[in-house]
Amino acid sequence: MKFTFTEENLKRIEQVRKKYPTALAAVMPVIYIAQEQNGFISNEVMEEIANVLDIDKVNVLSVVTFYTMYHTKPMGKYHVQVCTNVSCMLRGAYEIFDLVKDKLGIENMQVTQDGKFSLEEVECMGACGGAPMIAINEDYYENLTKEKVEEILDSLK
Amino acid sequence: MERIVLPQIENLHQIDVYLANHGFEAARKAFSLSTDDIIDQVKKSGLRGRGGAAFSTGLKWSFMPKTTDKPKYLCINGDESEPGSFKDRQIFEFNPFQLIEGAIISCYAIGAKVAYLYIRGEYHKWINLMQNAVDIAYERGFLGEKMKETFGTSFSCDLFIHKGAGAYICGEESSLMNSIEGKRPYPRVKPPFPAQNGLWGNPTTINNVETITNIPPIIRNGWEWFSKIGAPKHPGTILFGVSGHVNKPGVYELPSGTLLTEIIENYAGGVLGGKKIKCVIPGGSSMPPLRGDQIEGVRMDAESLKEVGSAIGTGGIMVMDEDTNLLDVLIRITHFYHHESCGQCTPCREGVGWMEKALKRIKAGLGTSKDLDLLCDVANHIEGNTVCALGDAAAWPVKFMITRFRDEFEMYVNKNVVIPVPNKVHSMRDTSIPLASIEK
Ligand SMILES: Cc1cc2nc3c(=O)[nH]c(=O)nc-3n(C[C@H](O)[C@H](O)[C@H](O)COP(=O)(O)O)c2cc1C
Ligand code: SF4
Ligand code: FES
Repeated sequence: MKFTFTEENLKRIEQVRKKYPTALAAVMPVIYIAQEQNGFISNEVMEEIANVLDIDKVNVLSVVTFYTMYHTKPMGKYHVQVCTNVSCMLRGAYEIFDLVKDKLGIENMQVTQDGKFSLEEVECMGACGGAPMIAINEDYYENLTKEKVEEILDSLK
Repeated sequence: MERIVLPQIENLHQIDVYLANHGFEAARKAFSLSTDDIIDQVKKSGLRGRGGAAFSTGLKWSFMPKTTDKPKYLCINGDESEPGSFKDRQIFEFNPFQLIEGAIISCYAIGAKVAYLYIRGEYHKWINLMQNAVDIAYERGFLGEKMKETFGTSFSCDLFIHKGAGAYICGEESSLMNSIEGKRPYPRVKPPFPAQNGLWGNPTTINNVETITNIPPIIRNGWEWFSKIGAPKHPGTILFGVSGHVNKPGVYELPSGTLLTEIIENYAGGVLGGKKIKCVIPGGSSMPPLRGDQIEGVRMDAESLKEVGSAIGTGGIMVMDEDTNLLDVLIRITHFYHHESCGQCTPCREGVGWMEKALKRIKAGLGTSKDLDLLCDVANHIEGNTVCALGDAAAWPVKFMITRFRDEFEMYVNKNVVIPVPNKVHSMRDTSIPLASIEK
């Protein structure tokens, strides 16, 4: 499917480009803008990013595939990220992870059938003092218990 | 007790409150000094980087070439992805203008017209808070062209926020620069160092967020004042992030050289359930862990920790109680470094993956005492043989966890399982260890 940026996003891209002396340097923020508009980064999206910035598509590809926050396939409306790194693990992160898996009926990096939830086991999120923690889309939830996690997930249904 | 980076002033994140509490006084003072003078003061203050290596900030600044036609850059490292570290986000949230003021003074001192503040992508909320503060600083004439009028100087600089996208390696300074440049963020071979050949090949200085936030008070109160706080060889306060098995995890700003036990007992509220401590990692997961019986009398500054065979790192203190399974912890740590390895050099890419597998094999009950020696041996071969320090960061926990807790790891290696030695008669298929069965 052909992808084109909205007028508004093209303006944002113009603004972003002013922060850097080269067009290539704008690639990360532009990928974010594209992901926001399209939900994920498909082949066509990468082509359009390359197009807009007048850079080689391989440059876009090599950046998109390096980072965990750029998604090359659609994620759920609510992307649930559970940190299981050491500080969270010491405070029961794996129990939280298993609970979310059971409750949503999906494995790591899968999406529920209705497209509502997706799950990702993530590395330290810089919230170790609030362990265990999860993030849903852009929001952090800290100092969790299993009950609280259930409550949060239920409130999103 | 003195708080330098996170003073206890309500609503300090609002510009008017910041202005009412000496806000931008240091910048005004700085513009009346020569750049050499500022660098000299920062050097004499003894300020050392808070991003991990505890390198002298003033000395780093002095590496920037004075006579060059090239543009110079400042990168402020807020990637904050070291497991156990969660301090820079406190600055974004509670004292953003002091960070901005620090950036202005630093830019002036090294001659940079542009500063990039690199913040990890997961910190959406804190990126927004910081962007908001930056916008206000522009509006009020503390950044950009308007600065000239505000401060009555010919100098001006810009501050841009660059949002990361979920890669630990981007905290490494040369990877961070490649990330900003829009390249695949592989760390660069050094030398050349960033001061010679940094962003787009230009002279660049990279400092941690907390380091830069320390600059305004140093300029305002003078280097003597700063040098007298905390441990003489690593002065100032440090934001200690305490996590794991403690009653009150959180970020505590305390003078460097504070006793580790005091931080755990008096500030973090002691160990959960009054249990004993088995292990403490004092500076984020890359730093060598200490045994519970090693921590008595240990002071939290770079020199003291070096003496006991660890390092200050990012000041992220991870506490593990007596019931912690250290094999599980070590597997998790090693998994992290394996996952985050950029794959550029073989010892890191293959070696760390191998260590993870070997540890999982021990977990599956198939390990022997020899595996423990082999793990230490492999760790030694990774250390110092890679492009960037992630290799060392992965090697240290393995090497030191196993040597310092050898008794516990001996317990984990099931001596009843004899692993057949491959020989000429048996094919590898029959004798190799069934990795598939233990891979998760
Ligand atoms: C793998 C790796 C990850 C790092 N991550 C960070 C980080 O998240 N934040 C940081 O300030 N420094 C990090 N560093 C250290 C930086 O390379 C650099 O030394 C530091 O930002 C310099 O700032 P300072 O002198 O103010 O400490 C990392 C280093 C390595 C090798
Ligand atoms: S040590 Fe690891 S992370 Fe660093 S450059 Fe080499 S492969 Fe990449
Ligand atoms: S270990 Fe989970 S947020 Fe740091």
